[in-house]
Amino acid sequence: MKNKDPKLLLQSAPLLHQELTTPAAMKDVWIALFPATCAALWFFGLSALLIIIASIAGAVLTEWVFTDKEKRRFALSDTSAGLTGLLLGLTLPSGLPLWMAFLGGSVSIGLGKVIWGGLGANIFNPALLGRAFLLGTFPIAMTTWGPAGGPGEFFQIHSSNLALPFMQGHYDALSTATPLGLMKFEHQGTELVSLFMGNTAGSIGETSSLFLLLGGLFLLIRRSIDWRIPVAIFSTAALFSLIMLLTSSAESTTSYPSPFFTLFSGGLLLGTFFMATDPVTSPLTPKGCWIFGIGVGFLVVLIRLYGGLPEGMLYAILLMNAATPLIDRYTQPKIFGR
Amino acid sequence: MTNLKEISIQVQEPGSQRLIISMAVAGFISGIIIISIYMLTFNTIKENKARELREAVFKVLPDVSSMQKLHFVDNKLLLVKSDGMDDDMIFAGYDTKGQFIGYAIQGKGPGFQDTIHVLYGYLSSNRTITGMEILDSRETPGLGDKIFKDMAFVGEFMGLPMTKDIKAVKKGTKSQDNEIDSITGATISSKAVVRIINKAFNIWSPRLPQPGNEPALEIEETKKEANNG
Amino acid sequence: MATDTTAYEEMIKGLWRDNPVFVQVLGMCPMLAVTNSAINAVVMGVATFFVLVGSSFLVSSFKQWIPKQVRISLYIIIIATFVTVVDYSLLAMLPAIHKELGAFIPLIVANCMILGRQEAFASKHNVKYAVMDAVGMSGGFMIALFALGSVREILGVGALFGVDLFGSNFEPWVIMILPPGGFLTLGLLLLFFNWFTERRKQFLGKVAEADRAAVLGVDKNG
Repeated sequence: MKNKDPKLLLQSAPLLHQELTTPAAMKDVWIALFPATCAALWFFGLSALLIIIASIAGAVLTEWVFTDKEKRRFALSDTSAGLTGLLLGLTLPSGLPLWMAFLGGSVSIGLGKVIWGGLGANIFNPALLGRAFLLGTFPIAMTTWGPAGGPGEFFQIHSSNLALPFMQGHYDALSTATPLGLMKFEHQGTELVSLFMGNTAGSIGETSSLFLLLGGLFLLIRRSIDWRIPVAIFSTAALFSLIMLLTSSAESTTSYPSPFFTLFSGGLLLGTFFMATDPVTSPLTPKGCWIFGIGVGFLVVLIRLYGGLPEGMLYAILLMNAATPLIDRYTQPKIFGR
Repeated sequence: MTNLKEISIQVQEPGSQRLIISMAVAGFISGIIIISIYMLTFNTIKENKARELREAVFKVLPDVSSMQKLHFVDNKLLLVKSDGMDDDMIFAGYDTKGQFIGYAIQGKGPGFQDTIHVLYGYLSSNRTITGMEILDSRETPGLGDKIFKDMAFVGEFMGLPMTKDIKAVKKGTKSQDNEIDSITGATISSKAVVRIINKAFNIWSPRLPQPGNEPALEIEETKKEANNG
Repeated sequence: MATDTTAYEEMIKGLWRDNPVFVQVLGMCPMLAVTNSAINAVVMGVATFFVLVGSSFLVSSFKQWIPKQVRISLYIIIIATFVTVVDYSLLAMLPAIHKELGAFIPLIVANCMILGRQEAFASKHNVKYAVMDAVGMSGGFMIALFALGSVREILGVGALFGVDLFGSNFEPWVIMILPPGGFLTLGLLLLFFNWFTERRKQFLGKVAEADRAAVLGVDKNG
């Protein structure tokens, strides 16, 4: 992964293409995701593990099928396909049928990466593209959230997980609403402590703010990700939701959450640390990173408050991904002397 | 052959007169063809539309065998015989003996994507909705279109007491008589249908005459005729 | 130009080699908009077939009388007349399908494939070739529409021509009957078509090489 904050800044124009991401940098992301993955297993049990495995399998298998025979070992050894599968798996609900998770992993790599020309050439974050596909294709299954359980229920697998390919899952327990859904449709808040620990309904890897923060801090300390993007996203989202909260009128039908709720609910932390900072799909220049982060922070609050869906992180990042080439183009530093 | 040659020479250097003439001739012939196809299909198209509406009315008002269109003007419900439709018109349904049964009322309103056009049957004598039919909608296929494809949802409007505004609630949480179970994944469309019916109901309930004072059946428009048409 | 090809070849080229959708990528608007079910796709294909064959026939028959300067306007008048005929006939005969196809029936006028065939082919060839070409092109268009429509209906509803294929437990791929599904399916079909053509070319190349080697070998031996 590139280092955007070196001690000595040496840039030569036009810097449009990235150097290839190395397996070593991928290793940092794997380590950073480890606490959040453990939290996912703790709260959602074996179901979460099966979903993560299915989505990684879909991603890796697709990468293997669509790579030339000679390049296969090299392409798979950088573990980027597996990482995409893991990231996708962490954004899925725990009761999702496994074949859908597999399909999502396969779409992530097939439509999100291979079709653009492989690693480094894609415009959109592959994992989020896979999730967007799944959300558009199976809107009901993707928004049926199982409740978070404890370690005692570790070996309980949702019967809906085991649906046959192309068949509907049969949901065993009554579905619950995510904190964001409760806020949007029922105007109910959720305690910050449970948001922070992760004891809420939601995608398997997004609920535990604490462990996501741990992973994010690790990446920041290792300088694997650009610090400007998370800082810009957090401050914009917090500031914007604070402004909306303060200026809202009492009889308004929209419920405005507090800045802390905005930051710790839904996929904001997971998306910020592990998807928005994806070096392939985020801007190259420092100024571009600020614009990108501010855009994501603004859009996520806007979509959450006024959109049809309770969560907006997915589309906020994808929209800014689409704007990234343009941002890069207008934030190129001027060559000295011209 | 000589004739053709002359023409092909003319094609090389046609005057503007020739251009105008050829356009005019083509336009004239095209116009004749379009008018004839219009005349040919006019009656069938009109009958199709009328039949569609009639079938919808008969569907939302069970046991009805004939109907007539009523127009609300000057605080009175008057009979209309023309084919036109506007928002101030409703339908009255009668049984085989010509006895009044109920009204079919239409309502329009925004859905998830575009305007939803609803027709519902209403018995003013015991204030009950007898059925609901979506005349026109562009809701999401597979989700929003369940407002007319999901028979459980449509069925909830059969025999629904309309003493106060109805309310759409989350599926499985229906506890009151005036509540409707929403469709999973299509909450916005379900709520839109309920809102449209409430709106039309609130417009029409003060306009309808006292039970017993309904206009009598004047034109014979029976089911049999409708099926022939 | 067409003197050395037979009318049959003019027809067959539109079905595969010069397929208007997969090779020329023309007529994308109806292609993406009305293919959310197989029956809509087929009706659209038949409507386009009627319009294209009819206008190719007329344009080719009257090509000597059509002044060059106003030819496009005249083509459009001819096409629009046929489209209006189709529009009213569908409205009278199949009102349910006409409701679903909606504005896309009148929009056949703007289908660049139809105008393109008049300009590129019918105005330069005699009636027989023009009609054969129109049949082939609209046939190819119909094949493409049907391929897209059936894939989208099978995945998006789990049915084909309204007949349930997988039973009530099937999980429909909602995205497939929405606009994004049209783009996705079209892209994947184009990918498949190009992949197939490429493989075929490679295969034929190998066969030719083997033939040449065999001939050379015979020469050496002889």
